[in-house]
Amino acid sequence: MLATTFVEYAVWAVAAAICLLGALGVVLFRNPVHNALSLVATLFGVAVLFVAQEAYFLAAIQVIVYAGAIVVLFLFVIMLLGVDAIESLGIERHVWRRPVAIVAGAGLVALVLVAVLVGTAEVTGQPSSTGSLGGEYNDIERIGRALFTDYVWAFEITAVLLTIAVVGAVVLSRKPTEAALDEAEFDRVVEESRLDEDVPEELDDDELDELEADDEAVGSEDLPTYVDEPGVTS
Amino acid sequence: MNQQAYVILAALLFGIGAVGLLVRRNPLVMFMCVELMLNAVNLTFVSFAKSLDDVGGQVVVFFVLVVAAAEVVVGLGIIVSIMRRRSGVTADDLRMLKG
Amino acid sequence: MQDLLWLIPALPLAGFLILVLSGGRIREPLAGWLATAMVGASFAVTVAVFADLVSHGEEERTFTQTLFEWLPSGSFQVGFGFLADPLSITMCLFVTGVGALIHLYAIGYMHGDPKFTKFFLYLNLFVFSMLMLVLGDNLLITFLGWEGVGACSYFLIAFWHTDISNATAGKKAFVTNRVGDWGFMVGTFLVWTTIGSVNYLDISAGASGVAAVTATAIVVLFFVAATGKSAQIPLFVWLPDAMAGPTPVSALIHAATMVTSGVYLLVRLNPLLFEAGWANDVIAWVGAITALVAALIAISQNDIKKVLAFSTVSQLGYLFLAVGTGNYVAAIFHMVTHAFFKALLFLGAGSVIHGMAHDQDMRHYGNLRKYMPITAGTFIVGWLAIAGVPPFSGFWSKDEILAGAWDYSSGGKVLWAIGLLTALITAFYMTRQVVMTFFGEEKWRSLTGEGHDPAGGSAVNAAENADADLEHSPAHDQHGLTPDFEPHESPPLMTLPLVALAGLAIVGGLINLPFSDQFERLGGWLEPVIAHEHEMPGGSTLVVLAIVAILAALTGIGLALVVYVRKRIPAKDIEQEAFARGFYIDESYSRFVGGPGRRLFDAVAWFDANVIDGAVNGVGTVTQVAGTQLRRLQSGRVRGYAMGMAIGAVLLVGYAVARMGF
Repeated sequence: MLATTFVEYAVWAVAAAICLLGALGVVLFRNPVHNALSLVATLFGVAVLFVAQEAYFLAAIQVIVYAGAIVVLFLFVIMLLGVDAIESLGIERHVWRRPVAIVAGAGLVALVLVAVLVGTAEVTGQPSSTGSLGGEYNDIERIGRALFTDYVWAFEITAVLLTIAVVGAVVLSRKPTEAALDEAEFDRVVEESRLDEDVPEELDDDELDELEADDEAVGSEDLPTYVDEPGVTS
Repeated sequence: MNQQAYVILAALLFGIGAVGLLVRRNPLVMFMCVELMLNAVNLTFVSFAKSLDDVGGQVVVFFVLVVAAAEVVVGLGIIVSIMRRRSGVTADDLRMLKG
Repeated sequence: MQDLLWLIPALPLAGFLILVLSGGRIREPLAGWLATAMVGASFAVTVAVFADLVSHGEEERTFTQTLFEWLPSGSFQVGFGFLADPLSITMCLFVTGVGALIHLYAIGYMHGDPKFTKFFLYLNLFVFSMLMLVLGDNLLITFLGWEGVGACSYFLIAFWHTDISNATAGKKAFVTNRVGDWGFMVGTFLVWTTIGSVNYLDISAGASGVAAVTATAIVVLFFVAATGKSAQIPLFVWLPDAMAGPTPVSALIHAATMVTSGVYLLVRLNPLLFEAGWANDVIAWVGAITALVAALIAISQNDIKKVLAFSTVSQLGYLFLAVGTGNYVAAIFHMVTHAFFKALLFLGAGSVIHGMAHDQDMRHYGNLRKYMPITAGTFIVGWLAIAGVPPFSGFWSKDEILAGAWDYSSGGKVLWAIGLLTALITAFYMTRQVVMTFFGEEKWRSLTGEGHDPAGGSAVNAAENADADLEHSPAHDQHGLTPDFEPHESPPLMTLPLVALAGLAIVGGLINLPFSDQFERLGGWLEPVIAHEHEMPGGSTLVVLAIVAILAALTGIGLALVVYVRKRIPAKDIEQEAFARGFYIDESYSRFVGGPGRRLFDAVAWFDANVIDGAVNGVGTVTQVAGTQLRRLQSGRVRGYAMGMAIGAVLLVGYAVARMGF
């Protein structure tokens, strides 16, 4: 694990730290805006790691598309829908979910560690099967060549996919027609779809207090609240 | 840095993303955890592309990026159209795909 | 000429198809002429093939024609083909010949019936099935024909099915036959497992290699089938009831052709019969006892057709006696002559019924020879033939059977005695029938004039329930015998076949006279088919036995004259109640099936409905319950799905890591 140069090692360490801290932030913060910003940090760290591995084009794309577009989209939606503080990490209906999740995640990581560090199996891919990373072309040219020769079919299909996504976005964000469910019907449908033994337990007083306390801790009055009123959000 | 370090880092990112997906209930945050996992995968691909001297890994990352973008668009659209009617909807409340 | 073999069954089949597909547009009398022409053409082809066979040498008289591969299934290969050898062509000759005459007769008999076309298409279908039975080159095609004739018999017996008793008679025939069919099927299975083929030529070749026990089992099973189809004890009960069908049906199916198929089957399998030890005894004894019992029952019957029905059962008993004693040539000989004179007798009875306004009770007949001379003359010829009076054909064939039984190893003399006694009784009841019908006073003149009373309310034999199965046809329902009724002779369409059959009954004996090998034409003709020739008694014994047989016949005739003409002995002493009721055999069957049999049937039905159907339904229920439980997996909750995927992913990666080298 020793770096070839100190600079490389330092760059890796810092970028890795940013990634991990950002990841933890995504998972642990309660305010969705904080989650989004932590995601930006992670994405930026990954972009740095791309550069360190001489994938310059991808690093640029990462920043532009991911951090620049996707996260902004997230933030727009958060803005649209308002900050919901009802979901709190403290409350979990099925208590066993949390340990199982942690065990699953930890198990996954442990297995990969074992595979990478202890296993003697060689990476079996053939070198340069698609095209060498070195050679006379620079980064963008190489990717371009590969895209338009070996992967042109996938390229065209992703173009279609993007078109579909645009159409989907337009369709999904249309104003609801009269036949759409109103809130009472929606509640009824949600209620009907519950399994019999899965009736939501009533929150008892302690839990309710906790919720309210969380509510105050977030300080909802400090944040702009865009409550969904008919006519406002559309 | 050799390839192993990057792969291990990517594994950690993936693990954190997975745990977050399973634990959080807010749909938006669950989506962000999915993005985390995708990024971990991208990192893995790039590191293998470097170590195998193959541009194919980078092309895959390209496609993953595009598809992730499209997925986010549609997914957020769905979330918006559900959550717009009723505030405070969490993933636990959406059970209309019950079989 | 031999290539035309397939035409023999194809022509009646074509007749059937034309009549069916025409949708009733072909009516009387064209339908009848078409059907008759088809059977007649089939007869012509049969004669051509026969001539072809004759022209070949003795050893080359077996000819097969395979149409296609019927069941190619691994080691079980069955072709669909025909076998023309002396035996099958002989059968074809009299089936198509007598069949054509009966078709002709039926055009006149069924005149005015609204279902005229349907009758003839059934008749053609029957002839087709019978020809398949006889011409098939393996057991499966014979079985096809076997089932076909059974089905057609059902259709035709229940032809006037609007009367429930006719329908019941049809059902009874079919169900009783079914019991026999079980024997056929199991026998076929056994043949295939031991010999490896169901083809007759292979069976003949491989019969000597079959173990005696297996051969006995096979023969017994096929004999069970034969008792069903050929109406022997214990499965003969359907034949008297089958008289509910129109008279041409009774003549064709229940006298000349279908009922002989059991005998044909056994003769066809004669190499196997040789290997089976005591099975032959069973056949011979059952045949003899059936002959005697049926003859006794016939004494007391008052329905003209019932007498002939029991007479048929009795004569079939003779055939099985011959088969059991190994006297196959005699069996075939008597089968042929019996076809002639029994068809003649039935058609004659039909002519009488037709002329007497469909009254079948012989106690209303008398002196009919004055009104129906042709019918009377031909009927008398038939009577003499069946009674065994030389030189009519019946004498030669019956005598050959009796003589052949004399030397039989287990109880030959007793069998001969039973046969002789039966011959006497046969002569007796047939004479009784002739006297009651054609001679004496005209008994219907003294009826009270209220018309036909189906219950037969006379003092003698008051409880004769057999009358319930009389011919009841809507078109023929004019029971109106009044004292001033004048009977009339039948039209030429009906009397012509009578004359033809009478001629055959007279000269039929010529085909196998016992005087020398040269005269035994049938015996020589059938020699390639019979594996082991039967030893007949020596010359002088033969003559003595023949004379005894003639004396028995004359005694029977004389006895009947004494009782019915001279009235010296009252008829009541001879006509026992037990005879009239068929020795109560039929009634005991009904009581068993209705009583303890019913409980067994109900138990089997319960088993089928609850255990077998229950298992099938149970599969469905299990699936449903499993589905309902598995449905819980689809909770619709995303987090649950995600949890499952995560755990699955961990397991997969774990598996991959475990397979890595370390």
